[in-house]
Amino acid sequence: MGDITSLREAIADLVYDGATVALEGFTHLIPVAAGHEIIRQGRRDLTLVRMTPDIVYDQMIGAECARKLVFSWAGNPGVGSLHRFRDAVQNGWPRPLEIEEHSHAGMANRYVAGASGLPFAVLRGYVGTDLVEQTATIKPITCPFTGEVLTAVPALNPDVGIVHAQRADRAGNVQMWGITGVHKEVVLASRRSLVTVEEIVDELDPRPGAVILPGWAITYVAEVPGGAHPSYAMGYSERDNDYYQAWDAISRDRSAFTEWLSSHIGITA
Amino acid sequence: MSWTADEMMTVAAARALRDGARCFVGIGRPSTAANLARRTHAPNLVLIYESGTIGAKPDTLPLSIGDGVLAETADAVVPVPEIFNYWLQPGRIDVGFLGAAQIDRYGNINTTVIGDDYRDPRVRLPGAGGAPEIAASCREVIVIVKQSPRAFVERVDFVTSVGYGSGPGDRAKLGLTGRGPVLVITDLGVLEPDPETAELTLTQVHPGLIQTRRAPRPAGSWRSRRTCAPRRHPRRANWQRSGPSTV
Repeated sequence: MGDITSLREAIADLVYDGATVALEGFTHLIPVAAGHEIIRQGRRDLTLVRMTPDIVYDQMIGAECARKLVFSWAGNPGVGSLHRFRDAVQNGWPRPLEIEEHSHAGMANRYVAGASGLPFAVLRGYVGTDLVEQTATIKPITCPFTGEVLTAVPALNPDVGIVHAQRADRAGNVQMWGITGVHKEVVLASRRSLVTVEEIVDELDPRPGAVILPGWAITYVAEVPGGAHPSYAMGYSERDNDYYQAWDAISRDRSAFTEWLSSHIGITA
Repeated sequence: MSWTADEMMTVAAARALRDGARCFVGIGRPSTAANLARRTHAPNLVLIYESGTIGAKPDTLPLSIGDGVLAETADAVVPVPEIFNYWLQPGRIDVGFLGAAQIDRYGNINTTVIGDDYRDPRVRLPGAGGAPEIAASCREVIVIVKQSPRAFVERVDFVTSVGYGSGPGDRAKLGLTGRGPVLVITDLGVLEPDPETAELTLTQVHPGLIQTRRAPRPAGSWRSRRTCAPRRHPRRANWQRSGPSTV
């Protein structure tokens, strides 16, 4: 547990065709290199889960890895739309993409329920929106104490949870800080997990406010410096905003995208 | 002095924020306006982003809701479940600041799909993000959206976030805790809900606007308290020459 291995071996062992896989990261610490490795290994029919599918999910969808997407906001943050995602939903290219759509509050609570070992979570959300009719995993529930009607969402327990973090020690204990999103929740909610880290150190220096995930709660740790690019790892790198803007043009065009796939990932579509 | 329509809209939105308010900020124009307010008349404005940064004080404008500058300058950085469950849901946030792809006369917002068929949309948009619960639980909501027939519709194709539903009383029936959209700020003016009908009504026209064929009136049968514009501005603003054509 918390076994230190290579990215390639970790993905090969964890991610199988048809698996439900969550690569999380709320703008910060996105495990982009892990996503690229999944594309490289040619995984298919994945159910991809993520609150904010962004560039790396656009790439995975365009590369035909995904059968279904469970999400709450699919965009290129600060730039606009995800064109590979759009093409899949609107035109079924390269294959149709089934969607299960939530709000951020709903998704966050689904992970919390998953990490807590509960079957569902309760929130004051979705009421009056059209999402209720379109998403089977949003249901009303009556409070047994007050009679108030609230919203229930089922736990999310992915087969594989993958996140990026700043550091791990040689025993596979992981330390991260800054915007940690739902990192802890997705690792604890998932059956098996991988944390890619900027570096592996002999000893983790204490840092106020940092999150520690003990090695025994994680399946694999892999050292992947820069593995979050174009997102960032606070203390190690800055967000590459130019890359997010450049992606807009690449992703708008199917042939520009397939050219990107072959030149950057080494995949011929 | 001239200005663009976008700048006028951002300034108007900034002015709508009072000092000391706790503001849940969306990225893009809402973020620009909120930061402008904090740098001018509202130095104690508390900027809260859904990435979990509370009290961010960026010295440069962030491109995303999770740029490093937000975390580095925040009073606190909390996990995402906490920002929604502890801070937003119980009503601790004064103002939600949202954008929209479509908005209707009752201030309902669509950021999900354009077209009648959710499963086969004409245009797939990014989706809900934090907006449904921001619209439900912030004490009040301010919307910033460019005024065009495409954006201002009789009825949104998809209700992502609830404004006043289908009219007065709907928010209470649904159990939504916040007041709903109190201001909609566009590049042409400001709309507010009519106290009796809850329909958004044009109440202010930005300075410099002159009466033209494209009078600042929302689409369809939306009412307008002032359809015509104030006196001619001595120097025409840029958008009067090059701005998008509207109604």
